[in-house]
Amino acid sequence: MSLPPPTAVLEGGRKAAIQSRRKNLTFDKVSFMVVFLGIPLAIYLLFVIWPFLQAFVYSLTDWSGFSPNYKFVGLDNYARIFTDDQFLKALSNNVILLIVVPIVTVVLSLILATLVTVGGSSKGQVKGLKNSSFYRVVSFFPYTIPAVAIGIMWGQIYDPSGGLLNGALNALGLNFKDYAWLGNTSTAMACSIFVIIWGFVGFYMVLFIAGIKGIPAELFEAARIDGAGRFRTAVSITIPMIRDNIQTAYVYLGIFALDAFVYMASLFPNAGGPENSTLVMSQQLFFTAFQRGQFGMATAMGVVLAAATLLFSGLVFLVNKLTGGSEGGRL
Amino acid sequence: MTLLKQKTTPVGHIEREAKSTAGDRAVAATSHVVLAIWSAIVVLPLLWTFMSSFKNSNEIFASPFGLPGSWKLDNYLKAWNEAGIGAAFINSVIVVGVSLVLVMLLGSMCAYVLARFSFRGSRVIYVLMLAGLTFPVFLAMVPLFGVLKGMGLLNQLPGLIITYVAFALPFTVFFLFAFFKNLPGEIAEAAAIDGAGEWRTFFQIMLPMARPGLASVAIFNFLGLWNQFLIPVTINAGGPKVLSQELFVFAQQMGYAVDFGALFAAVTVTVIPVLIAYILFQRQLQGSVSQGTSR
Repeated sequence: MSLPPPTAVLEGGRKAAIQSRRKNLTFDKVSFMVVFLGIPLAIYLLFVIWPFLQAFVYSLTDWSGFSPNYKFVGLDNYARIFTDDQFLKALSNNVILLIVVPIVTVVLSLILATLVTVGGSSKGQVKGLKNSSFYRVVSFFPYTIPAVAIGIMWGQIYDPSGGLLNGALNALGLNFKDYAWLGNTSTAMACSIFVIIWGFVGFYMVLFIAGIKGIPAELFEAARIDGAGRFRTAVSITIPMIRDNIQTAYVYLGIFALDAFVYMASLFPNAGGPENSTLVMSQQLFFTAFQRGQFGMATAMGVVLAAATLLFSGLVFLVNKLTGGSEGGRL
Repeated sequence: MTLLKQKTTPVGHIEREAKSTAGDRAVAATSHVVLAIWSAIVVLPLLWTFMSSFKNSNEIFASPFGLPGSWKLDNYLKAWNEAGIGAAFINSVIVVGVSLVLVMLLGSMCAYVLARFSFRGSRVIYVLMLAGLTFPVFLAMVPLFGVLKGMGLLNQLPGLIITYVAFALPFTVFFLFAFFKNLPGEIAEAAAIDGAGEWRTFFQIMLPMARPGLASVAIFNFLGLWNQFLIPVTINAGGPKVLSQELFVFAQQMGYAVDFGALFAAVTVTVIPVLIAYILFQRQLQGSVSQGTSR
């Protein structure tokens, strides 16, 4: 796109040779383009783009998924899901996740990344903490593990009788014997959120460490000469300088929080958790389609999910843009 | 770290470094403590799972901390044979292996053409790829079910493979697009002058040059595909199961049975391949986290 044509850098004779080669549509060139672009694109269009487009149409029908026939019902599906208590409950759970997961994950990973990068000596050059690569490597573990395995593992850790958590609490003398962390409406959501954060912090910590290391060292040194302490440096230099990374993290985490299917499905064998306190939209979509056979209705939920995702991403970009000027001015 | 540590340090600096103040030491110590606590929170559950995979149910209920009575592989044999984890493991290896080769090949081909040739419509293709990355996969799953059913690929491993390839394509193309763009164009031109056709130029010259980029993308794709859950549970629910799917089914049955040791073994079997891949390629992976997001 922005690449200058390769011929521009060549001299006259070679240039002409290459141009003539370009104009001649040889078998080599045609077959190359057809195969190289054609095959990947055909697969992509058929299995990704086409279903996405179909989704918008199906959301306006009463298609069951199993019979080839369906009729258009207009916006009925949308009207029905927005009066369906269960879907609204799932939506509100997603909103809780959307508010809590990105902010806590970003703050926690920022703190850990800051400790790793500027925890060193305050004299001389700005330094990272010594011997800290171990923490970076270990914290990244959960990101590589299948989410299903994470969910099942934590399901066992929270287990009332044989779980690691109650075992540890009892060993400390706190009496939580047989408390079902995932079985009570008051703790189920908070415990699930913790698991999700556990799974993501390491990845964003590594991302932020890379961002902080990309900041010119002079900036830190200038701040130090001006008498800024560690905390002040983190707030006034680190955060504004890596705000694009923070924005990326926020968008990814938000998109994830609006889905959350894998974690919720694997943490709670009885889907939805106690009194549906951890039911999310994607689970509701799944049941509606594959258990109740209401494919039309389910795709309408999918459209709502997609709209929420786009809305959230747009909002994050907008907030970053609006606050960008003032934050930048403080530097 | 390398950025901040410059070789051209003034002599006086070394002297100053030696005199780290008490405050510095306190900060460093606090940092180590906080980071160590987080590392423990990450590692202990994994170690506990690993340890529990050798225990029998009685031992598990007796004490969550007790060491297993003997380090026997009973639970692993049970999970592997009776719970179908073995068959699912093999299915996963096949599906992920074939998908990975295909998506790397097709993705690099597509990225190469988009990055190296300017033609009508290339911008549209690029935007379409971006759309595939931003829309929630869930939206596509229900209609995709219909598409695969119509083609007779529903609940079949080939159907699963082609879906994996299709959904991993946009990420692969994006990453490699930037990579091919930065490769020196002169080499391709030189090859063309020497009489190499487009095919030969790609496979013998450009693809080998892109090896570092290919490696990073391949690792990310391996992790992503091995961990994939949503796609198999929707379009392969009745087919030969892959590992994440079988693990999920196994865990759901546990509500009725009591063989927790086998469940822990199944989780361990699922986690081990990715942990090994991670530890082997850890440097590369962490390096590309920063590259991949600053496009």
